[in-house]
Amino acid sequence: MTSLAPLHMAGERLMLCPMGVLLWPARRSLIAADLHLEKGSHFAARGRPLPPYDTRATLERFSLALRRHDPRRVILLGDSFHDAGGAARLAPDDLALLRRLLKGREVVWVLGNHDPAPPEGLPGAAVEALAEGPLRFRHIGGQPLARQGEAEISGHLHPKARLLTRAGPLTRPCFVSDGRRLVLPALGAYAGGLDLADGAFAALFPRGARAFLLGEERLYSLPVAPHRGALSA
Amino acid sequence: MTALPPPFARWFAARGWTPRPHQLAMLEAARQGRSALLIAPTGGGKTLAGFLPSLVALQEQPREGLHTLYVSPLKALAVDIARNLLAPVQEIGLDIRIETRTGDTPANRRARQRARPPQILLTTPESLLLLLSLPEAAALFAGLEAVVVDEAHALAGTKRGDQLALGLARLSRLAPASRRFGLSATVNHPEALRAWLSPSARAEEVALIRGEAGAAPRIAVQLPAGRLPWGGHMGLASAPEIMAAIAAARVSIVFVNTRAQAELMFAALWKLNEQALPIALHHGSLTVEQRRKVEAAMAEGRLRAVVATSSLDLGIDWGDVDQVIQVGAPKGVSRLLQRVGRANHRMEEPSRALLVPANRFEVIECAAALESIAAGELDGEPPRPGALDVLAQHILAMACHAPFHPDALYDEVTRAAPYAALSRRDFDDVLRFVEDGGYALRGYERFRRLFRDAEGRVHVRGPAVARQLRLNLGTIVEAPLMKVKLRGGPVLGEVEEWFLSTLRPGDAFLFAGQVLRFERIAGTAAEVTRGGEGDPRVPAYAGSRMPLSTHLAARVRAILADPRRWRALPPSVREWLRLQAEASELPRADGLLVESFPRGGRWFLVAYGFEGRLAHHSLGMLATKRMERLGWGPLGYVASDYALIVWSAFEPGDAEALFAEDLLGEELEDWIAESSVLRRSFRHIATIAGLIEKHHPGVERSSRQMSVSADLIYDVLRRHEPDHVLLRATRAEAARGLTDVGRVGALLARARGRITHRRLARVSPLAVPVLIEEGREWVAGRAAEALLAEAAALVEEATGGREAFEEPLLAAPAEEAPARPAAAKAPRRGGRFRRSLPRALGR
Repeated sequence: MTSLAPLHMAGERLMLCPMGVLLWPARRSLIAADLHLEKGSHFAARGRPLPPYDTRATLERFSLALRRHDPRRVILLGDSFHDAGGAARLAPDDLALLRRLLKGREVVWVLGNHDPAPPEGLPGAAVEALAEGPLRFRHIGGQPLARQGEAEISGHLHPKARLLTRAGPLTRPCFVSDGRRLVLPALGAYAGGLDLADGAFAALFPRGARAFLLGEERLYSLPVAPHRGALSA
Repeated sequence: MTALPPPFARWFAARGWTPRPHQLAMLEAARQGRSALLIAPTGGGKTLAGFLPSLVALQEQPREGLHTLYVSPLKALAVDIARNLLAPVQEIGLDIRIETRTGDTPANRRARQRARPPQILLTTPESLLLLLSLPEAAALFAGLEAVVVDEAHALAGTKRGDQLALGLARLSRLAPASRRFGLSATVNHPEALRAWLSPSARAEEVALIRGEAGAAPRIAVQLPAGRLPWGGHMGLASAPEIMAAIAAARVSIVFVNTRAQAELMFAALWKLNEQALPIALHHGSLTVEQRRKVEAAMAEGRLRAVVATSSLDLGIDWGDVDQVIQVGAPKGVSRLLQRVGRANHRMEEPSRALLVPANRFEVIECAAALESIAAGELDGEPPRPGALDVLAQHILAMACHAPFHPDALYDEVTRAAPYAALSRRDFDDVLRFVEDGGYALRGYERFRRLFRDAEGRVHVRGPAVARQLRLNLGTIVEAPLMKVKLRGGPVLGEVEEWFLSTLRPGDAFLFAGQVLRFERIAGTAAEVTRGGEGDPRVPAYAGSRMPLSTHLAARVRAILADPRRWRALPPSVREWLRLQAEASELPRADGLLVESFPRGGRWFLVAYGFEGRLAHHSLGMLATKRMERLGWGPLGYVASDYALIVWSAFEPGDAEALFAEDLLGEELEDWIAESSVLRRSFRHIATIAGLIEKHHPGVERSSRQMSVSADLIYDVLRRHEPDHVLLRATRAEAARGLTDVGRVGALLARARGRITHRRLARVSPLAVPVLIEEGREWVAGRAAEALLAEAAALVEEATGGREAFEEPLLAAPAEEAPARPAAAKAPRRGGRFRRSLPRALGR
């Protein structure tokens, strides 16, 4: 049984899922970030023939989350494809699977730095950013927010965090939030992660934040505080 | 026997030398055009023996063009030999150019070497492959007469050795008449080494020439003055004795087993160094400049001692070294002799060495090593088959040189001994991998690195491919490293990135012989200042310790089992063994002693396998898996060279059931696939094979988001194409070396029907050193999740759920889920985190 973690931002009740996706139950929306589809073939074109199964692996994860939560709407927070040509390189099977997954749902493609143009041949609308109710969905976080009552949800950074345990440090992808901003972990099989100690997170969360590490069936949460220009547990 | 030509005879005579028989034998082999392997101790004029035939030939028939290629595992050795050869060349008046070609050779000299090659070129395996990948390689090597391979024993059986063997096979095609000379220290497997050197992979094609044996080394064992420590490997308790020994000798090399130990020993010696004797530090993480400085100071006789790791196992001769001190157990006889041989590079005088065991087991190990040396026995495994990742790199390099036909290249590589048994299927799979990844799921045809023409010849796609190969060349893959830079000062060296990531600004750590304070990560380096506060941490390096050799382990078992052989041991160790005999029993030479006892609310099970740390580590993984299934609730284990200790929630049942021989078959595949050892192995293989970029310190970090971690690739590939050639190579490598599965098998076979299980009320004397061993492992599977839950709960408790920022998050951080002990849950495949959660959706 997977445990979701509720998170309240700008008066909205959101749910963090250990599969690495965010839910907005009031709008029946599922939000996912940084799928980086076709990253493998991107490298292959540059002389590094990485195993071509990353798109399939990512879509399988995505598909599990969709089956579990069955959202009416899917918001993809950018970098859904690793580069502008990614959608065109999808293998026929993968393209069919992606279409099947998105069928019957409203799809919002927030554009990212890796995929600045809307993917051709796929359903949904492409936007630079999405403002809905008090929430602001963007690929890259850190935009100014209204003083009260607004919150920002972004991807781009691929946060991961390290937790020191008795048996040494364990690293996991994570959500990170201070109640006003939330950064989602990357869903892509080849996406990798950026440690919370990186200065980019301190800039986004100058007063500290809470990290939610992805576990197999639940999230593990811990506060991270700013310390000499970096966030640390 | 061939006599020396007059100019050479005069030169020998002028120096008061007589040519040694093996030098003349090499000359004779050369005159017959035969390849030869010279096995001789250090100080026997081995290098000169290797070059003498070439010098003679060039004196008799002066000529232009590359005549002799010398390959050494060390750049420094190549440079030093070039310098040493100048003396005879100038004094005899030979018109010969001798040059080196390594990664450090400046571009203008490389260009000159291509335009007008020297007669003698000294290089490394990596630089040789680079030369062979050039289009003009055929012209450069066409007139080659001789290849001299120095320190052949240190290359054969390693990936660098595989690479060189393939390079030699290519040289034999470019210059069919060339002969090969191998120079080697005394080895356990001379036949295998002859085959490795042979142009046809057959040993008989290479003449075996043995130098006279040198004087037997004089080796003593030094114990600390006070109590002999029960555990630990650092040997710091003996620092005063080591300091005294340094002061009593002219020049000493203090060998230790790990870089961390080098740092600690160096610091401990300097604390005692009241006379301020010049003592330096040398290990593989220091900058090259720093190491060269130490080597130069040593060569000039400005140092009294250097604390070194295996970074100085090989290297140039320092005539002044008159004492070698080995701190910590020797682990292998051959390596010990190699180290001891670094003292007194003159054959007639015995090398002097001091063994400084760090704990009681190590005392026995030292005694075993001395017995073995007295009996003239060596250890060391025969070279293993060639690695497929190295073959991949070689195939790409050959394509960069010129188009080839796969049949011809297969024929060529199987002439190299490491690849003599290479199947055509493996060759073709590796070739397909180099072409486009070789995946079952096609789709990369348009991204090929190689293409085939109508006649089936393989061409490289473009200059970008060759550029990429050159950047990636070589078989040495470092863990991700980061530079350590003094604020406003120089770079001090490199430490593993993960170590730095565990430091917080202000933390102190010991590196390059000084206490440093970590300030911040600045771009591509860790910025530090001098003099941190508090107990400094010591950077550890993954996989830097060598396991106890099979041979030495057998001797240790034999000593333990036979009280008559305890005479060589100090009283405290004899007393320790007697206590063990009373409290439990002594491990037998054959069979397996297992003890179990309760302690601190847990149960401990100790198996005295004596098969080395890697094998015990593997055994620990396998045994805990089975214990989970048997419901014994394993919690963790620790492996030392001598024993495995597992702790569990419940009293262990019958050891016979646990260590049955089928342990290997059943759970091995599962475990191997999940182990971090395999992941590390895969990263190396994927890098060497050219799938991922080689780590260039500092560069990777800035482009992290543009690279893909080997771990992620491994997970994806294993799930979707478990039989891919790179995974096959990874499994083979792990099974052979890193997991020592062969030794686990030997242990289980030896133990069958001969397991003694003693149930004790408390810990036995023999178990103490193992219990305090560092490097504990926790049971995989549910353990990782349980550990995370525990750590998160601890943080929560300590912070009272307060946020670092002001407004509290309105929600509870996570729904209630108390930390479960790892043992309470049924075993489950996969310790590693997977986000695909196959079970979570089963509702």
